[in-house]
Amino acid sequence: MTIGIVVFPGSNCDRDVYWATKGCLGLSSRFLWHESTDLDGLDAIVLPGGFSYGDYLRCGAIARFAPVLSSLIEFVKNGGKVLGICNGFQILTELGLLPGALTRNKNLHFICNTVPLLVSSKRTKWFESFKCGEELYLPIAHGEGCYQCSADVLNKLQEEDSIALRYANNPNGSINDIAGITNKEGNVLGMMPHPERACDNELGGIDGRNILQALLAK
Amino acid sequence: MPNFHAKVQVSLRTSVLDPAGEAAKLAAAKLGIKGLTKLRIGKAIDIEIEASDVQEATTQLELLSDRLLANPVIEDWNLELSQSKSSSIT
Repeated sequence: MTIGIVVFPGSNCDRDVYWATKGCLGLSSRFLWHESTDLDGLDAIVLPGGFSYGDYLRCGAIARFAPVLSSLIEFVKNGGKVLGICNGFQILTELGLLPGALTRNKNLHFICNTVPLLVSSKRTKWFESFKCGEELYLPIAHGEGCYQCSADVLNKLQEEDSIALRYANNPNGSINDIAGITNKEGNVLGMMPHPERACDNELGGIDGRNILQALLAK
Repeated sequence: MPNFHAKVQVSLRTSVLDPAGEAAKLAAAKLGIKGLTKLRIGKAIDIEIEASDVQEATTQLELLSDRLLANPVIEDWNLELSQSKSSSIT
């Protein structure tokens, strides 16, 4: 069981994810160059945070055309688990694997803080080990984290119980306090907070551990 | 092959919050600009393209605008196309 961590030009949380999954949790992990299309032997893929392709045009707009992502669509269809963190979440929405879009924070600030979050659904494996409504603290670090979608999409997300994570004190203007969503099947999770930065007590908290642990959970 | 010049205007949908536009609007008021009721910030993309005719250029540019330059979830786009004066029709 191995996790693939995609490295785009401009990714800057790829090594943090590796440190968390391999170093802190002892999960088999390897890097995956964005030009690679071979996902053989991988059981889960992480799209890490950063500024892929310099965030040119829109966050994630150019990364969407990376060769690795054409294989990723097939991987998701076959039930493979995909976690998009921050820029990875933005890429998943540009790719259409998750609905909606991430736009400029309401207050225009780049927000770098550790914030309280509430688990809103434990329907999927990602949050199985949490209680519904359980509070956890994770770092956020983004300028474009304001989740937006149409009223229809929001209704659908609610009906399908796909809103996984909400901000306790909405920092960026996201509709419905959304911090993370899953697809209907539950194998794709996109979230703005960084679980990989909360896996080591030395760094102030370990609330991200169970989320990353779920990458290889059966 | 004829050369076409295009300008694609990308703007946030009216239902989408434009915090940068709101901030610029506040600054405009401080500058003393009166009567401003709307200020929305978008992008303008300048393009030159070779195509056999207007139809082909339009098809290519519509695909480009819809799939790459704009994200239809949050943005609208508008395409203006004209044939470059320097190009000759063959």
